[in-house]
Amino acid sequence: MKSFLSILTVVAAIIGLWYAACVPMNIHEAAMQAQRAGAEVTPETAPERRKMGRIALMVKNPQLWGTVYAQDRPQLPAPHQVGAELWKTTWGMVEKGRAFSKRSLLLHGWITLSATLLGFAFGTLLGIVLAVSIVHSRAMDMSVMPWIIASQTVPILAIAPMIVVVLAALQVDDLIAKGVISMYLSFFPVVVGMVKGLRSPDGMQMDQMRTWYASRSQTFWKLRLPSSMPYLFASLKVGVAASLIGAVVAELSLSQNGGLGARLLAGSYYGQTVQIWSALLAAAALAAVLVWAIGVAQNITLKRMGFTR
Amino acid sequence: MSWFYGSLLFWAVAWAVNAQLSKRSERWVRFFVPTLFGITVLVIWEGMVRGFNINPVLLPAPSAIGSTLVGEIPTLWTDLVQTFFKGALSGYIIGCGAAVLVAIAVDRSPFLQRGLLPVGNFVAALPIVGMAPILVMWFGFDWHSKAAVVVVMVFFPMLVNTVQGLQASDALQRDLMNTYAANYRQSLLKLRLPAAMPFMFNGLKICTTLALIGAIVAEFFGSPIKGMGFRISTEVGRLALDMVWSEIAVAAIVGSAFYGAVALAEKMVTFWHPSQRGQ
Repeated sequence: MKSFLSILTVVAAIIGLWYAACVPMNIHEAAMQAQRAGAEVTPETAPERRKMGRIALMVKNPQLWGTVYAQDRPQLPAPHQVGAELWKTTWGMVEKGRAFSKRSLLLHGWITLSATLLGFAFGTLLGIVLAVSIVHSRAMDMSVMPWIIASQTVPILAIAPMIVVVLAALQVDDLIAKGVISMYLSFFPVVVGMVKGLRSPDGMQMDQMRTWYASRSQTFWKLRLPSSMPYLFASLKVGVAASLIGAVVAELSLSQNGGLGARLLAGSYYGQTVQIWSALLAAAALAAVLVWAIGVAQNITLKRMGFTR
Repeated sequence: MSWFYGSLLFWAVAWAVNAQLSKRSERWVRFFVPTLFGITVLVIWEGMVRGFNINPVLLPAPSAIGSTLVGEIPTLWTDLVQTFFKGALSGYIIGCGAAVLVAIAVDRSPFLQRGLLPVGNFVAALPIVGMAPILVMWFGFDWHSKAAVVVVMVFFPMLVNTVQGLQASDALQRDLMNTYAANYRQSLLKLRLPAAMPFMFNGLKICTTLALIGAIVAEFFGSPIKGMGFRISTEVGRLALDMVWSEIAVAAIVGSAFYGAVALAEKMVTFWHPSQRGQ
């Protein structure tokens, strides 16, 4: 309960800062609109205002502060503007019976989500297979593990447009092209976490298996795999977030078919800041839901397996 | 096809050598085994491209990439300066520095810390790269907007790690500082910051990769006619994939060097930590 209050305070502080930042960010536009409407603005000509800093203009025109929250294309939209846009493009579209039209964030969110889940599933599978072979073969461990770690110092997202182009040339479905990038981003946390987890049984437990004359596969199924589960779920949470990032960035290059990344790109082309922010917040909400879902699966699984504290 | 079978043969031999060598644990083996594996991957790649006559528009051979890499050094260097030294590095320093300062500022209030940790962890998992178009709109096309993207990306991971690190000193050590009558400043500088170093370096290492990614991806949304992200997106459009791959190779080398530099600094600063003493 105490930490809930703290979180609330921090979130409120962030939203407060956001509202406060809207004033200097949008003051130039607000001054121009006010002048067009015939109101008094302190430096009277536009060139003079352009030369002035945001803060200075803000201090000289306190009467404009209220108007910065009602612009069509603000430099920084206020939270309630983004909220209204989010509402309009999700539930608003459902009410009109066009839940999956081109302008609905539900459609774009679904496109991104399907690529994310596909990439995440393949990434997890690849990660587990690699981890199992690394734990069981010393040659794999010594030759592949350093490269897996090195692969993460490569800015993988930078390769996204190229992978997309190559796969498109091979006539691969867009969904798979996006999934490949998500997979690349999400397999690493799984490998590292699973290797750690599969090695987590201590010497005593391994010795116990040996006294029972357990084969390698029996040791794997009965000791190594169960004891790796807490590590697996911790890395799945990181992996699913990384997978979503991969899908969004891939959509920047494959924007013709929609998706949250395509909304970001379209918004940045046409200066629709409210649209960019709403796509961003939709992606954030999606990430939160995915991480939360894995947290729930983690709680249920670990409780069933008797890991509860 | 002889190229392809030859590369398969090389693979088999190299794997047999590695399997034998991995039973030993001398120092040179630890370097040799992964190096041989890397070379094997390159050989198979080359063999596949030549053996199957793969179109260089789809997948150029490593030899072609290598010759482009050597031939285009001036272009690659200007891109590197623009993206890494101006964009990524300045953003990294500003972002990590700001995060450490904020972490120290909230350090005195456990109430704020309890709220900041979950929020920071949540934000660190968000697709913050998506802020790139907004920041490019605010700060213009040049490297300032790239640095801004990097600042936003590295801030929260660094903040979370520093806040956690500042809590790392145990009660016994803090009691000792109290018996010395150390004031807040002294115990921060002499005990809590040094104790936080392993955590802070963990954050710094995570942020090296984020910084490069942020700077490159931000260039997809608009940049002057230089920079690694700009080059990658335009050369993909021209289907000059050998140039794209050499740009990626440069990014990989710089990324690894950056990470290595931070890891080296960690080794020197946190020499006392159990994870460093063993080696």
